[in-house]
Amino acid sequence: MRTRNKNFELYSGGTPSLRGTLAKIFILGIVDAGVGFVLMILFGKQKYGFAIFFGIVALVINWIYLRRGGLPAKYLAPGVLLLLAFQVYVVVYSGYISFTNYGSFHNGSYTETLDAIQQAAVEPIEGAAEYEIKVTKSKDGSIQFVAFDVNTKKVYMGGENYAKHPWHEVTAAEGLVVNADGYPEAITGQTFLNDNQVNDLASTITKIKIPLGPNLSTDGFIATADAFFAQQNRFSYIYDEKTRVMTRLSDDKKFIADDKVGFFKNVDDGELLSEVGWQVRIGWKNYAKIFGDKELRGPLSGIILWTILFAFGSVLSTFILGLALALVFNDQRIKGLRVYRAIFILPYAFPAFLSAYVWKGMLNTQNGFINNTILSFMGDNKIQWFEQQGAARAAVLLVNLWLGFPYMFLICTGALQAIPNDLTEAASIDGASAWKIIRLIKLPLLLISLAPLLIASFAYNFNNFGAIYLLTGGGPFLDQTLKVSVGATDILITFVYRIAFSGSIGADYGLASAFSVLIFMLIGSISFFSFKRTRGLEELA
Amino acid sequence: MTTLQARHPKAKRGGFVRWFTQVGWKHLVGLVVIVFATFPLVYILSTSLTKMGNIENFTLFRQFYLGNYKDLLTSTDYPFVKWMKNTLILAGSTAVISVFISALAAFAFSRLRFKGRRPGLLALILIQMFPSILGLTAVFGILSKLTDYVPAIGLGTKAGLILVYLGGSLGGGTYLMYGFFNTIPKELDEAAKIDGATHTQIYFQIILRLVAPVLAVMALLSFIGTFGDYVLASIVFNTNDQYTVAVGLQSLLADPWTKQWAMFAAGAVMSSLPIVIIFVSLQKYITNGLTGGAVKG
Repeated sequence: MRTRNKNFELYSGGTPSLRGTLAKIFILGIVDAGVGFVLMILFGKQKYGFAIFFGIVALVINWIYLRRGGLPAKYLAPGVLLLLAFQVYVVVYSGYISFTNYGSFHNGSYTETLDAIQQAAVEPIEGAAEYEIKVTKSKDGSIQFVAFDVNTKKVYMGGENYAKHPWHEVTAAEGLVVNADGYPEAITGQTFLNDNQVNDLASTITKIKIPLGPNLSTDGFIATADAFFAQQNRFSYIYDEKTRVMTRLSDDKKFIADDKVGFFKNVDDGELLSEVGWQVRIGWKNYAKIFGDKELRGPLSGIILWTILFAFGSVLSTFILGLALALVFNDQRIKGLRVYRAIFILPYAFPAFLSAYVWKGMLNTQNGFINNTILSFMGDNKIQWFEQQGAARAAVLLVNLWLGFPYMFLICTGALQAIPNDLTEAASIDGASAWKIIRLIKLPLLLISLAPLLIASFAYNFNNFGAIYLLTGGGPFLDQTLKVSVGATDILITFVYRIAFSGSIGADYGLASAFSVLIFMLIGSISFFSFKRTRGLEELA
Repeated sequence: MTTLQARHPKAKRGGFVRWFTQVGWKHLVGLVVIVFATFPLVYILSTSLTKMGNIENFTLFRQFYLGNYKDLLTSTDYPFVKWMKNTLILAGSTAVISVFISALAAFAFSRLRFKGRRPGLLALILIQMFPSILGLTAVFGILSKLTDYVPAIGLGTKAGLILVYLGGSLGGGTYLMYGFFNTIPKELDEAAKIDGATHTQIYFQIILRLVAPVLAVMALLSFIGTFGDYVLASIVFNTNDQYTVAVGLQSLLADPWTKQWAMFAAGAVMSSLPIVIIFVSLQKYITNGLTGGAVKG
């Protein structure tokens, strides 16, 4: 408590300068104006929930900066807000998604899915008329179809606003003018659109459904695919809102909405109406799948092992090389020391994604620089860098060593220079050899101050998506029989990324989110307990 | 005097062998490491000077063809200059804003005492460990919502992407900066306070000035990080004109060993050169920026 009071006094009080106060009011004013603008848009779109949310956030911001005291909040607010919006929210959202079946086959809400299924399954009514159509605009601006039945020479009309312009036969009383073949040419109050105008409206026109009777589901409707011909269509399924049952018209089979799985399902034989379903909560199923599904569990243990090997190997190799260089070059007697150091850190300065591509080009088996120039003595026994498991893994580790050793060199050099000279001098006076000084004095001290950074580096490499994805894409994919494809250099995160975004069996965000939660917990707890054991972050744990 | 001389072997007779065993061999090690560190860079420079990329580049610097640079700077299919401009705006604003905001938060963590300070610090570190690449659906969801309500910061806008980058870079940045602020003695704050300074004056005129070099390094590191982002930028931007260097150069890589590969190489050289120069010139401060003052460089 005493420290708190002391700090409070230290940073409070003093007369705020006029300039500071003005700046504060100016910035708050800009923020408030922005929020006001957004609120207006939200009210305009009748999104009251969001509007209230934004309003409260704005009020909190104003309260933080206008009240006296509460100093920490004033310094923390901008960072915390952004962190909440784009990091905490992402974590929470992923946590939520991991309990759903969200994915490319379960993309939307129930009503969206219902709509999508119905709209996608449309069939022409058997034996019904087909029309040649012209698209017009009526005086109120809504689009109309003027349809000509070639067989009966009758003209029909109806529009997107079918409450006002229902489907009906057009007669001379409406000012219909036809040419010699009976094609409609003019109707009072209708502007016939030319081809360009029709093209511009194509996406709207193909969506229009003009009902033929009071019930859209049963009576059918007029629709066009190309704005030249139109048919009497009907939906392949009829939906009953009360019972939530879809009936397939072709065979009268009934499919009930099943909220447990998010599908329309037949009760008797379990047939699904469509492979498209809606998003539902499915409890722990995604987690159960990770631990239970043989097709996942099989490759998973291998992937996890390689992930740990990759992360550990990367940290170890970069640290050893970096440390060795730091020890060798922590010597003022070397001429051109600064030049050496500048060149050693070049790989770190070169943007990493470019490095990955450069290495990818160099390691190309047939046309790459490494096989054709550096390893040219091997003749035709070229190393198949991206085609064999061992070579691909070696390549990934080699590239990561190149990318990472300058960082280790820099931090080791820093840590070495922080070791007081008296310590090593005292040891050498006592007759310790250079190697002993390194092993017994420098190394332990170094490890203490660098341990947190090494742990962080392990955590980083554990999820080092870019290094794998850009270089090998997780490949080579040697076993083509697997349902979920697994590459030889796949680490956990590239494997899960494929499930989430580019799976051959469709994206499965739910499963991917369950994975990300598990990865988060795993790497989080590893780091937490390692931090706890090291002195560097002792005040945290 | 004799003891002093013993420490300087070159001053002694029979110098070369001793010099070599003590210092000279280090130059050999240095040369080997230089070759390892630079050959990919030399190689990409050489590729950028060939007409047909890899297949003409088995012997380095056989050609000196500047056409790729010219093509890239004038091409309308691959508007490199626009990509650079986009990237500079994105990475530049992200770097400046994120350093500023992280520094604000770090000041609170380092100098002020409040409830939840320690859990807050721990949370900062742990939240960074979430595999954010798998949170893409959530990020995409936020941005498309924003597109509906506030199009100015939605999908396809730089402002929207900058916000996402900021959210991602704050945690680590704050933590590093916190460590560095801790190395600045509090006595300075106290002295300023006695002279009547307010907390904002202490912050802006004392602490920020003292850490200015480190701020520059952190901004540079953030810049390089944003510069290298491919995934986020490619989901937010769809048209050639909006691409960043990372997304644009990726689009050149359809064919990894001919003409386009040579153009990619030219793009890589041009876009990385300024970064490399700044990085190397800030070398002195970089260790501090990397370790948050946990070790001194």
